Amino acid sequence: MTMTRRATGRHLPGAGTPEASAVEHARAGMLQEARPRGRTRIGADVVCEALLRQGVDVFFGYPGGVILPLYDVLGDYPELRHVLVRHEQGAAHAADGYARATGKVGVCLGTSGPGATNLVTGIGTAMLDSVPMVAITGNVAAALLGKDAFQEIDITGITLPMTKHNYLVRDANDLPHVFAEAFHIARTGRPGPVHIDITKDALQQETQARHPDEEAVLAAIPGFRPTIEGHPRQLRVAAKLIDEASRPVILAGHGILLAQAWDQLREFAEKTQIPVTHTLLGVGAIDETHPLSYGYMGMHGWKHVNRAIQSSDLLIALGMRFDDRVTGKVSTYATGAKIVHVDIDPAEVGKNVSVDVPIVGDVGRVLAALTPRVAEKRPEDRATYFAELAEWRRESESRSWHGSGAWRGGLLSADYVIEQIGAATDHDATLVADVGQNQMWMARYAGYRRPNSHISSGGLGTMGFGLPAAMGAAVGRPDKETWAICGDGGFQMTLQELATLVQDHIPVKIAVLDNNKLGMIRQWQELIYAGNYHSSHLLGPDFLKLADAYGIPAFRATTPDDVPQAIAAARAVDGPALVHFRIADEQNVFPMMPAGKGLSDLIEEWGGADE
Amino acid sequence: MTDPMTRRPFSPARAADPASPAPPRAVPAPAAEGQPAVRSIPGSGTARRHVLVAVVNNRPGVLNRVANLFRARNFNIESLAVGHTERPDVSRMTITLRGDDVAVEQVAKQLYKLIDVLKVQDVTAEPRIEHELALIKVRATNSTRSEVLKIVELYKGRVVDVAADSVIVEATGTEDEIDALVALVGGFGIREMVRTGTTVMVRGPQVVEYEGVAK
Ligand SMILES: Cc1ncc(C[n+]2csc(CCOP(=O)(O)OP(=O)(O)O)c2C)c(N)n1
Repeated sequence: MTMTRRATGRHLPGAGTPEASAVEHARAGMLQEARPRGRTRIGADVVCEALLRQGVDVFFGYPGGVILPLYDVLGDYPELRHVLVRHEQGAAHAADGYARATGKVGVCLGTSGPGATNLVTGIGTAMLDSVPMVAITGNVAAALLGKDAFQEIDITGITLPMTKHNYLVRDANDLPHVFAEAFHIARTGRPGPVHIDITKDALQQETQARHPDEEAVLAAIPGFRPTIEGHPRQLRVAAKLIDEASRPVILAGHGILLAQAWDQLREFAEKTQIPVTHTLLGVGAIDETHPLSYGYMGMHGWKHVNRAIQSSDLLIALGMRFDDRVTGKVSTYATGAKIVHVDIDPAEVGKNVSVDVPIVGDVGRVLAALTPRVAEKRPEDRATYFAELAEWRRESESRSWHGSGAWRGGLLSADYVIEQIGAATDHDATLVADVGQNQMWMARYAGYRRPNSHISSGGLGTMGFGLPAAMGAAVGRPDKETWAICGDGGFQMTLQELATLVQDHIPVKIAVLDNNKLGMIRQWQELIYAGNYHSSHLLGPDFLKLADAYGIPAFRATTPDDVPQAIAAARAVDGPALVHFRIADEQNVFPMMPAGKGLSDLIEEWGGADE
Repeated sequence: MTDPMTRRPFSPARAADPASPAPPRAVPAPAAEGQPAVRSIPGSGTARRHVLVAVVNNRPGVLNRVANLFRARNFNIESLAVGHTERPDVSRMTITLRGDDVAVEQVAKQLYKLIDVLKVQDVTAEPRIEHELALIKVRATNSTRSEVLKIVELYKGRVVDVAADSVIVEATGTEDEIDALVALVGGFGIREMVRTGTTVMVRGPQVVEYEGVAK
């Protein structure tokens, strides 16, 4: 039979049918008045109950039409702190920063349509960095789905490829299960964001549905059983390679922090006397003052670190994924090394590089099982190796510091500013980077001693991340001083959250590293695009006046002597504060491995200026 | 507790299963005299045709998740057939694709990351029945009809509809068998064709096993 369009009614397709009256009802509901008090339990209550059951004490959100039923009941749950952001992207990054600083699941909230799409950048950022997050959005009433209703967008279609899992809930009775599953999935195995889209009528619907216990949650998702323990046979093979290696190197990634495996890492490294290098997101996996900490690898990593990797005979990769920023050209990557790769996500093992000993499991559990199996070594056993590494390190570090504080032209050198912030805060503050040169300087020069004290958008490299993520980190760890370290470009992407800091009393200290440029873009243009500086010069506002307009005390540093004073002044403020560092316009981040090149092809200087 | 990894092995190669460590792949070859060693890139080996079975929850959106994964991960699939199973809450997909063993293993591992995927099995090395169904509307006039019918009979096809100037031929068989039939009746003129894509079942008592199904 051929399907043809058939006119069945004057106003609605299929008028008179139950479907049509549901649409009519839903349309009327869009304008409905708030629900009267003295009420029964509705979907919105289930959401709040579920958040509390999951141990959520704070979440970040922004209201809108279809999510209002939730805001309508929030007042009845005073234990749930809601931070009203200034843009939903800020809510997602704040939830992300909260999660990274605390190790707990971060929660953000937005309305349908534009509220939901504004969350997307933050959800993607969390996905690429495996950050546990639950993002909640409202959607139009179920009967209006697919009708292009006001502020309707297929947001689950949009978030599908950038979440660990997502849900569209149209029945309040499904909410308890969906929330329990979502939190379980977000935090279990390789963490990641889970998105829950809830129709407005489900939020308003009366329900008696009970919250499930853990067993019921597991039974509902038989397709989700991450492997936790490493396989004994693989551990044996790995232990043998480790015992036999003469130039082993540990590559520590974000997995160490996500698995809270820093103690196991240290014990393993100490017993085997293997130097520990780390990825961008692995900063903080080991105390940088530890004798076995060797430093930051990859595109903007230290030359000595990349050299050690290239000349290694055994790489022990722990919770990292051989990203292209880490390996450069794969065909020339550590060609003399065997690789032991530990990751909780089997798909990461053998994805980017071929490995010799894959071990799927939780990196903390794997290390705890591996350490007793490996032979104990003393530093003397590796005397020649260590002497060479020490020499390489002396050489490469001496090329990359500007102890004087000033760079060409007398303006501040960024590495000095970062180093001063690290020192002033005793290497114990949470430092949150934006993206660009500031991010690389922050990773390289602050000095980190504490896990989760370095927060950075690595995988997606999201400009605008710094300030809102610092906001979340500060809310999550009020016991730690929190700094947002931003370039003038990235800061201008999400600076509206300054108002949130003030309204919600969030004491983030902001360092704007102002080079009047999109610095990293300018660097690439100088080095790779023959100095064709198109659209990398950036005009900014007067940052002190800007902060002042928000009621935030602000300070400026333009000479090396100003720097410690400005930092001290900002730290003395009880509440948020901003420091404007006018850094050199054209300082580069060196060394640098040009994209498409190998780890041995580092550029260390340019035009005769060492940086 | 059973080792969760052995509960969803990627059989039969079991390459992802630590219980049987894969033979070291792509270990940097010892550098020949004067030649620098090279690290091989996963998936760069010789491609061949693989047949995967994926058992998934029968829920709205699951096909979309799987199809989207193939697109987003840049996996090139040749065919995808999906349908019901003996259990109403479970669907089964047959996926054919080309790639080396490592690349196909990566497809399976990525599929496993979808919460709704219960089991993935590579049946390429198994004795199996691999069939698809095709409907072919072939031009057939009074003068050619009997010739068309003869070919169809020879290839164990069936004519399921006859009109004045065309017939609909139904054929089941392997991709190759159907390709051959299509090539032969093609001479008469094909007005329309639809093929379901390959479905597969392992011969003998062996079945694709999976544990637990979402309620
Ligand atoms: C949202 C977003 N847009 C564009 C980019 C590309 N990008 C990477 S670094 C950079 C320049 C950053 O400039 P700025 O924030 O001033 O920091 P700087 O590099 O000067 O420290 C740009 C545009 C990005 N990472 N994110």
